[in-house]
Amino acid sequence: MLGLEKKDFRLLLIVIGLTMLAPFILNPFPAGSEMAQFNAGYPDLMQRFVIFGIFAIGFNILFGLTGYLSFGHAAFLGAGSYGAVWMFKLLSMNVLPAIAISVIIAGLFSLLIGFISLRRSGIYFSILTLAFAQMSFALAYSVLTPITGGETGLQLALDDPRIFGASQTATGNIPVPALFGLEMRSSYELGVGSWLFTFNAGYYLAAVFMIFAFYMSIRIFRSPFGMMLRAIKSNQTRMSYTGLNARPYTLAAFVISGMYAGLAGGLMASMDPLAGAERMQWTASGEVVLMTILGGAGTLIGPVLGAGMIKYFENIFSKINETILHGWFAFLPDGLENVVVAMIYPFIGKGWHLTLGIVFMLVVIFLPGGLVQGGQKIAAAFRRKKPEDAKPNATEPAE
Amino acid sequence: MGLLEVKGINKRFGGLQALGDVNLSIEENTTHAIIGPNGAGKSTLLNVLVGKLIPDSGSVMFDGQSVLGRKPHEINQMGISRVFQTPEIFSDLTVFENVMIPCFAKRDGAFRMHAIESIFAERGIQEQADAILDDVNMLEKKDMIASSLSRGDKRRLEMAMCLVQDPKLLLLDEPTAGMARADTQNTISLLKEIREKRGITMAIIEHDMNVVFSLAERITVLAQGTPLVEDTPDNIKGHPKVREAYLGEAQV
Amino acid sequence: MSTYVENPSGTLKSTFLTLAFLFAAFWGSFLILRTVIGFSSGDNFSIQQYILQILNGLDKGSAYALIALGLTLIFGTLGVVNFAHGALFMLGAFVAVTVSNLLSLSHKVVDETRTDFLGNPLQVEVPYMYDLFGQAAGDVIIDWAVPISIIIAIPIMVAIGFIMERGLIKYFYKRPHADQILVTFGLAIVIQEIVKYFYGANPIPTPAPDAFVGSFDFGIALGFQANEIIYPYWRLVYFFFSVVIIGAVFAFLQFTTFGMVVRAGMADRETVGILGINIDKRFTIMFGIAAAVAGLAGVMYAPINSPNYHMGMDFLVLSFVVVVVGGMGSLPGAVAAGFLLGILESFASISQVIDMIPGINQIIIYLVAIIILLTRPRGLMGRKGVMEE
Repeated sequence: MLGLEKKDFRLLLIVIGLTMLAPFILNPFPAGSEMAQFNAGYPDLMQRFVIFGIFAIGFNILFGLTGYLSFGHAAFLGAGSYGAVWMFKLLSMNVLPAIAISVIIAGLFSLLIGFISLRRSGIYFSILTLAFAQMSFALAYSVLTPITGGETGLQLALDDPRIFGASQTATGNIPVPALFGLEMRSSYELGVGSWLFTFNAGYYLAAVFMIFAFYMSIRIFRSPFGMMLRAIKSNQTRMSYTGLNARPYTLAAFVISGMYAGLAGGLMASMDPLAGAERMQWTASGEVVLMTILGGAGTLIGPVLGAGMIKYFENIFSKINETILHGWFAFLPDGLENVVVAMIYPFIGKGWHLTLGIVFMLVVIFLPGGLVQGGQKIAAAFRRKKPEDAKPNATEPAE
Repeated sequence: MGLLEVKGINKRFGGLQALGDVNLSIEENTTHAIIGPNGAGKSTLLNVLVGKLIPDSGSVMFDGQSVLGRKPHEINQMGISRVFQTPEIFSDLTVFENVMIPCFAKRDGAFRMHAIESIFAERGIQEQADAILDDVNMLEKKDMIASSLSRGDKRRLEMAMCLVQDPKLLLLDEPTAGMARADTQNTISLLKEIREKRGITMAIIEHDMNVVFSLAERITVLAQGTPLVEDTPDNIKGHPKVREAYLGEAQV
Repeated sequence: MSTYVENPSGTLKSTFLTLAFLFAAFWGSFLILRTVIGFSSGDNFSIQQYILQILNGLDKGSAYALIALGLTLIFGTLGVVNFAHGALFMLGAFVAVTVSNLLSLSHKVVDETRTDFLGNPLQVEVPYMYDLFGQAAGDVIIDWAVPISIIIAIPIMVAIGFIMERGLIKYFYKRPHADQILVTFGLAIVIQEIVKYFYGANPIPTPAPDAFVGSFDFGIALGFQANEIIYPYWRLVYFFFSVVIIGAVFAFLQFTTFGMVVRAGMADRETVGILGINIDKRFTIMFGIAAAVAGLAGVMYAPINSPNYHMGMDFLVLSFVVVVVGGMGSLPGAVAAGFLLGILESFASISQVIDMIPGINQIIIYLVAIIILLTRPRGLMGRKGVMEE
């Protein structure tokens, strides 16, 4: 189906189902209830889920397949964002040309940086990409202010030309990004009983792009090209003595993942038309590394899961404060309650980074295949308990 | 005119003359062994042939074209495959994938952007890979991850990866190093079979005289970076210079 | 390693050559800077300004050199790429913060002789140090909190180093470098967040002893006008401190049997292992030493830059660049590149230079790193085959 094997097609269908039904799935608790704070089904966060999912899928094509660890991928995301905002300023508020230009710019940018950085491998490659990204960040922050808006970031203005659109709306406001008139921020709200579900245009656009990005990544993983990339990770000596030139393969992977980052950046700008230099900073590059490895580098679905998990932690988990905790453990005797809260509190709320760091370390130490591998191990343990299911094909490749 | 013509190769490492004026001609459709005591320059010579080292002077012609200055992957594309002393395989990939990769390299060259096509649709390549795995008796292991193979199987896999490219010249770097006697015997018969069935020209670097005299049709003896003699196995056996070079090391 | 010279006459000769080279390099760079700046802006670039910039580069350069030295020790001996090294630097700075907080802990004492504005007896905060050592000595101790922290930081940092190595790093010797980077990156986040939990996100000013407040006037010392070359005392202290530490580490490696084995291990780990020497134990100790070096660099840096929880990461990125420029696995390279890049950074911050090449001060280090990596892949003094798999 669609050029995919049955198993992969099933995975694609699951991803399509989950993303399309996300407004329901992410809002399991009735509005106004005590658990409503765990609802993640609001447009802003849902958009972030899929956009960072795209970013991580792209990063995984480079790191997961070739093993080249780039610490500078955020530079391409940032470049894509700037490109998109400039399209909004110069051309029109239609998101399609903006997204197209962001992919192109990120592609060219990654071609340049990749061409230079890939002359080295291992830690040297990591440091080179880091150095390039930090340079881009520093330049965007200072010298390139006319292009990047410097510290304040690149924003739309009332006097932007927008040659195929209007500089300002009839009411004198800055127009908002839209897809042929469908505004990205527009939402349809559906109330069912005490539940409230929000269907946001921007989210669905980004989700369609993510599904496409995911589909392309399956194709790449299952292609001869993808196999060559895994071969590079496995043994470069044999690669060259088999008559294969590793350089163009890695460069192509680098550029593809750079374009994915650019797509994510363009979508980010389409949801909220501004771009800042901090998107290029190395901490942002570090974040996508965390996402990919947490979910499972080299697996198909892992990076998406990792991105979702980190964004959920960042936006939902981090909001739990001491009062809420006391509320949860109110059933305990007072002294015990305080002890429990004091023990848990450092790890949640504002301390979520600590939990993230610990989980990340545990994954690197014990689960090199990330959460996906963890899930498979659990599933395998369950399967072993039921002997009638114990078939010899239990050792499927990690996907 | 041989398939491989090495003329006047010199290579120095600092003060050490690793190769001094090496001339060597490997005729098409022969098995040519290069022997010599440790440090005679066998590995250096091999590394020159595959493009890993560039000699200080001299020429290496393969099939009428110069090899010097070309990268290893370009030399492989010219038709030279190499089997390593410790097998170099793609350990994280399955046996089947290991064999498919050289098939793609043979068909598509050093680089091709086939990122959308599915591997599963490449029937021709798959048949080729199956056939070679059958030839080396590894078909039932095709879905195993290569790193989990036994050492002997890894070597057979590497051999299969080289053979599937149908090279004009197969370079073997001590193909039986560290093997038990039975494995050595198996390798000898495997190489013999390849030689007879496929008619591939082979150059073998080997310590084990048993292997050398079972396989070689021509033998070059290297000592201190220079070819001592080149002759048929029978003549080499009794050659006084060879005995001198080995100082009784090899009891032939 | 070629930099360790065995015969004394050779030492003299190489010292002389090094000095001559340094002199030529500094004088040459001065002439270049003066010419370039003179052309562009018309006003002349004076030797005083030049000396000032070198001095300005020294304190940052010292910190880079100390962190890079520790990184290289760990990398060279254990073969591990430690992304948590910046966190150790930061922990050192927070040892200084903690010690100075502890020393100034006080309790309330009711002073019967005085009353507050309501007529009640006045409550005064009396530091415990006063109770222990009397007021005069107590004041000195509180004032000298940062230098005192050095003594406390050494055992603490060595212990942290041991725990890190035995508890985590040793399981990663055989894993790929990417895994080492990732797990230490995770560890750095964890350490950072723990510090943030206890000390908050804001920088904590940690003053140097009063004796070192103020600046030294190099202008007078060198025979120029007063106030031409002003340099804070504490930064001078920091520079000399780092020179002493670097010297101590080198002497330790050079003149002790322990150091000899470690150096041999750095050159060829397998052979030393075959000789039956237990290098693992020595490497643990090396990790402790590297942690202590980073920690001390942090302790003494606290008065220069108020410690905050992410200072480690900021320095780490640059220190890695320093290590790569110096050459992975080369100790002299790490030190030289640390000072070199510190000084280059400060040259690039001269306003006339920024006028000429806008933004150069922000990117100079990265630019140098990229150029070095592409033209001299092994860095300034790196050895062949390090990290090139």
